[in-house]
Amino acid sequence: MSHALDLSASFQASSWRRRFLQPLMRQRSAVVGLVIILAYVLAAVFAPWLATHNPTAQDLGAALQGPSAAHWLGTDSFGQDLYSRLLYGAQLALIIGFASVALGLVAGVAIGLAAGLIGGRTEWVLMRIVDGLLAFPELILAMAFMAVLGLGTENLVYALALSFVGPFARMTRGDVLQVKSQPFIEAARLMGVPTLAIIWRHVLPNVVSPILVQAGMRVSIAILLESGLSFLGIGVVPPTPDWGLMIAEGRGFITIAPWISGVPGVALAILLVALNLLGDGLRDAFDPNTQKDA
Amino acid sequence: MWQATFTKLGQTLLVLLLVSVASFSFLKLAPGDPVTIMLGSDYSKASYDQLTQELGLDQPVIVQYGHWLANFVRGDWGTSYITNQNIFELAVFQALPVTLTLAAFSLLIALVIGIPTGVMAALYRNSWVDVLATTLAIGGNAFPSFYLGIILIWVFGVGLGWFPTLGFVAPWDDFWQGMWHLALPAITLGAWYVGLIARITRSSLLEVMGQPYILAAKARGEPGWRVVWVHGMRNVLMPLITVIGLQLGGMLRGAVMTEVVFSLPGLGMMITSAVLNREYIVIQAGIMLTGVLFVVLNLMVDQTYQFLDPRLRRRK
Repeated sequence: MSHALDLSASFQASSWRRRFLQPLMRQRSAVVGLVIILAYVLAAVFAPWLATHNPTAQDLGAALQGPSAAHWLGTDSFGQDLYSRLLYGAQLALIIGFASVALGLVAGVAIGLAAGLIGGRTEWVLMRIVDGLLAFPELILAMAFMAVLGLGTENLVYALALSFVGPFARMTRGDVLQVKSQPFIEAARLMGVPTLAIIWRHVLPNVVSPILVQAGMRVSIAILLESGLSFLGIGVVPPTPDWGLMIAEGRGFITIAPWISGVPGVALAILLVALNLLGDGLRDAFDPNTQKDA
Repeated sequence: MWQATFTKLGQTLLVLLLVSVASFSFLKLAPGDPVTIMLGSDYSKASYDQLTQELGLDQPVIVQYGHWLANFVRGDWGTSYITNQNIFELAVFQALPVTLTLAAFSLLIALVIGIPTGVMAALYRNSWVDVLATTLAIGGNAFPSFYLGIILIWVFGVGLGWFPTLGFVAPWDDFWQGMWHLALPAITLGAWYVGLIARITRSSLLEVMGQPYILAAKARGEPGWRVVWVHGMRNVLMPLITVIGLQLGGMLRGAVMTEVVFSLPGLGMMITSAVLNREYIVIQAGIMLTGVLFVVLNLMVDQTYQFLDPRLRRRK
């Protein structure tokens, strides 16, 4: 029994490598993006050990200092250590980015599956709700949800997730409709496979790769929106170490202390470029619908 | 063609209706009782009931929605209780023109820089122009516009003193002053588009240049510039417009950030300060207006295809 399990596990691992890792590794720029993102993930995970200060500890005597031995990347106007805030900011950005996309994906895929598989009036109603959501630009949608939910990290995740439900739902439904008409689904049904098993084993695996590609590209939008909303003052609340908040805070000191907004600004820009590189790579490697750029 | 246009119009009307339902529901979801908010902390039961009745809040939700939609269409959007301003005037006559001017000017800058860069990148493949275009595409698309705006203010506004750092002067009041004030915001917002436009121009031109009719044009002895700019570019316009249309959401996102960074009194600024002040009816007007704008712009992008590509006109 355990032997059989081992076999299937190793088979899955090798097929995972063949189906996922190898095509991605062929995209050189995607690998660069992946390496940068891994570095950010490591910085975020080990932030408590790498940080030299408490990210929210204020020291007004040391405010507005440039990079030094005590404060590697300088301090902001409250005397908070920018290097430590940068690390915890990476943690926050990645958590919000991935969590909001994951939540939006689960809700969106569920709605898309329900609409595509049930059909009829349910589909009509669900898709009209999705149309209504998609009619708004995602930032405006997220701002509206923030106004209803109130400020804070958790609410920001929910607001972003809600604004991502639409694209995932529409996409899943489209893919499900395509898969549903395939002969193998009909065959499974005729063989008496239960509906849920058909969905889980035959429908989902066939719609999963375009959805994951979409998710990969959404993470960078999520992080951009997250920092943007916090920059506007309608996201995370101070003194949480958030890059958007840090950039907003440094805005007033741009002439005398450009590093306050520069440190989080450059970190954010590099992360977004890396995420875009990986997203493009994922799309080129796995999405059959888009041809590669010539 | 007309039948397709009517179907499209019908679909658009349905989406607009959904936009209005969503905007209406927003106010219903908003925390706090609107009557209490308007009356303040000190009020009697009688005045509470009276205002509830005046606002129509004692009626069924569907009737309230009907009233609200009718008022919205007539341009009666209520008054802001913070600035005491007519919200319709604030949104449509003051904020909307600022956002549209900013967006149009940014798009113009992006096209003027992006198209030639893309053409050069396609003609001189793998040269430094090509590398530059790719770098611009990846960097510009990912760089957060609010931070780019801050850098531009720092370097060109404060450091070199070439441009004003904030404020808006309407180009229709004073054209050159307006352009001067819009320059940095438009570059900030346009930077996001330049790379994208260059990239699409490059890849679609490369594709088109291999077509037989390009070879035919060359064989007829037409000059190189004519082959590229007349025969080639005509076919680049379609994918270009598609991408511009697809990225309208991104444009609006960038516009909100840019307006706040440069203190331009546009729609983004209006919605942002409304969210900060918890002025839910202003937010509602803002989302309804952006929703309608978004839907209409998408419809327009859709319709341009038929003018650009004669093949679509004949196809049933």
